[in-house]
Amino acid sequence: MKRTFSILLAIASALWMASCQFPDEKDDTDPIETGTIQLQFDNIAGNQDLQLDSVRYQNSAGEDFTVSILNYYISNIKLIRMDGSVFTVPQDSSYFLIRESNRESQKLTIRNVLTGEYTGVEFTIGVDSLRSVMDPSQPGRKGILDKDSGPTNEEAMYWDWNPGYIFLKMEGSSDSSTTANGKYFYHIGGFGGLTAPTLNNIKTVKLNFPGQKAIVTTSIVSNVLIQANILKIFDGPTQLSIKENPGVMFTPFSKNVADNYAGMFSVKEIKIN
Amino acid sequence: MKKIAGILIVMAVVSCGRKPDNPEPVAPPAKTPTPLQWTKPSYFPDPVYDLSKNPLTVEGVELGKFLFYDGILSRTDNIGCGTCHQQQAAFTHHGHDLSHGVDDLIGTRNAPSVQNMAWSTSFFWDGGVHDMDLVPPVPIQNKVEMDERVSNVIEKLRKTPVAGAAKQVDYPKMFKAAFGSDSITADRMMLALSQFMMTMVSATSRYDYYVRGDASALTSLEQNGLTIFKQKCASCHAGELFTDQKFRNNGLRPNRINDQGRYDITLNENDRLKFKVPSLRNIGLTAPYMHDGRFTNLEQVLDHYANDRPGNKDSIHVSPTLDPLLNVAGQKRGISLTSAEKQSIVAFLKTLNDDDFIKDKRFSDPGVGTSF
Repeated sequence: MKRTFSILLAIASALWMASCQFPDEKDDTDPIETGTIQLQFDNIAGNQDLQLDSVRYQNSAGEDFTVSILNYYISNIKLIRMDGSVFTVPQDSSYFLIRESNRESQKLTIRNVLTGEYTGVEFTIGVDSLRSVMDPSQPGRKGILDKDSGPTNEEAMYWDWNPGYIFLKMEGSSDSSTTANGKYFYHIGGFGGLTAPTLNNIKTVKLNFPGQKAIVTTSIVSNVLIQANILKIFDGPTQLSIKENPGVMFTPFSKNVADNYAGMFSVKEIKIN
Repeated sequence: MKKIAGILIVMAVVSCGRKPDNPEPVAPPAKTPTPLQWTKPSYFPDPVYDLSKNPLTVEGVELGKFLFYDGILSRTDNIGCGTCHQQQAAFTHHGHDLSHGVDDLIGTRNAPSVQNMAWSTSFFWDGGVHDMDLVPPVPIQNKVEMDERVSNVIEKLRKTPVAGAAKQVDYPKMFKAAFGSDSITADRMMLALSQFMMTMVSATSRYDYYVRGDASALTSLEQNGLTIFKQKCASCHAGELFTDQKFRNNGLRPNRINDQGRYDITLNENDRLKFKVPSLRNIGLTAPYMHDGRFTNLEQVLDHYANDRPGNKDSIHVSPTLDPLLNVAGQKRGISLTSAEKQSIVAFLKTLNDDDFIKDKRFSDPGVGTSF
């Protein structure tokens, strides 16, 4: 055991020394180069492209439903390089609100990405707790996170009564819904609580690029197409029934919905532009 | 006109003659908001609200007052904060157990008083909000209260004055006076409302005169009531604000709404059926009582706590989170109170009515009124 440790130590120090030498030598001759990568989100229902309102889908419980609203936050994006190292997208450029009703919102353009070859992506569905408790007048709570102006407020993706972002919102109609107007609504949030620990539905997703690399150079922009299959919202660790749970908001049950939607993303393809 | 031109020329000459390293502005300085000194009553604790991030100004408070009363904050343009928080009822919704908002939709809770907000550690019956600046969006965006988006309110404010409005209010001008530029933002709107609410301090009741040394301000019955109150009620309604700011289950049987109170915020089983202990200041003016307004007078409230409501064997509803103070082993549940003690307490509670507060023109509708 001791020997193993000393060997590890030797390797580590060798690596450390090596790593110490590289930057000094390379800094002057090889400036850091950056490029752009795009993450394109495409919401689908099984093998169909998602259409708001007009198309009826069927979930795994055999219930029919339409979708009138589908919004979710994607944040804290990390890109994984060939060698396993991670490029973390600068915090302030790493919050997005995907809206099915807004085509523009589905294409995430990330600039100043270190050039190289990437094999995967990691992101949070929702908004992390630090950002959620930041003073709302701070610049970091503006733009797509502005709770009073812009898309967050327009789309009602924030709970004022128990302050915090709604991570994912899906609404629509279903013959199986037991609400008075036949609608169902899933508003899932909960960052862990401000004054005491409470519901934490922050989910992190890690996706490997299938058999392909995303190349980032100063001139090549890779477009990673990520599909979000909304049928998975009903069909994951828990089978979500509209009849049994036509409305889920800030309740313990919301954890099940979050666990389900954490599994709805997959990388379809990468296009090089 | 000539005179002004002359003065300007003189000023220009004077300023030109000055040393370049110490330039004086030629134009008169822009009018800056007038600072407003805020002082707390000496026997109150320090305020919780951080004034350093939002110093009060005369113009800021004035803007806050207009916003507080203006129905423009609602989808229908006719429900303002002042609708459910009426001054003559110490800023509660007089005559309503559950408040009604846009389109006469009914809420689920009794509108709490807007007073002494500067000392509040949390807001609303469930304490979901912890900062006064975050309070206004809650009723504005609530579907049964004002049902409006804050972003839309901002748009509407920017378009004032509105032709044909009962009272012409020029919000760009008021924002400029309060903040130095006419930019209307949600942050500024909330700051102005907080400034106004900071000034809404109730500390001039007969009880306050008594505390300040006027022994004759309370009758002997009222003084006796104060003594009993301190023994039997002040563990929760503590201090000069008459609340310990905690959340407690006071044994009310859930009604059809089945409001779970603080639990809805924390999802902690220990918080089921707990509601914030309200201040008792102006309690004589704020009927009906409790989070759902179920009791119409103070006698009923005391009957509940004493666990002798007429017709009920045991009016204190037993549940796992029932406050231990109302469930002492070996005793009848509730607080033991004789009818004479109840009378004294009610007499004392009414000395907390603050007539100056409910008549103070500084807090009154400036004419954009929406209280009905």
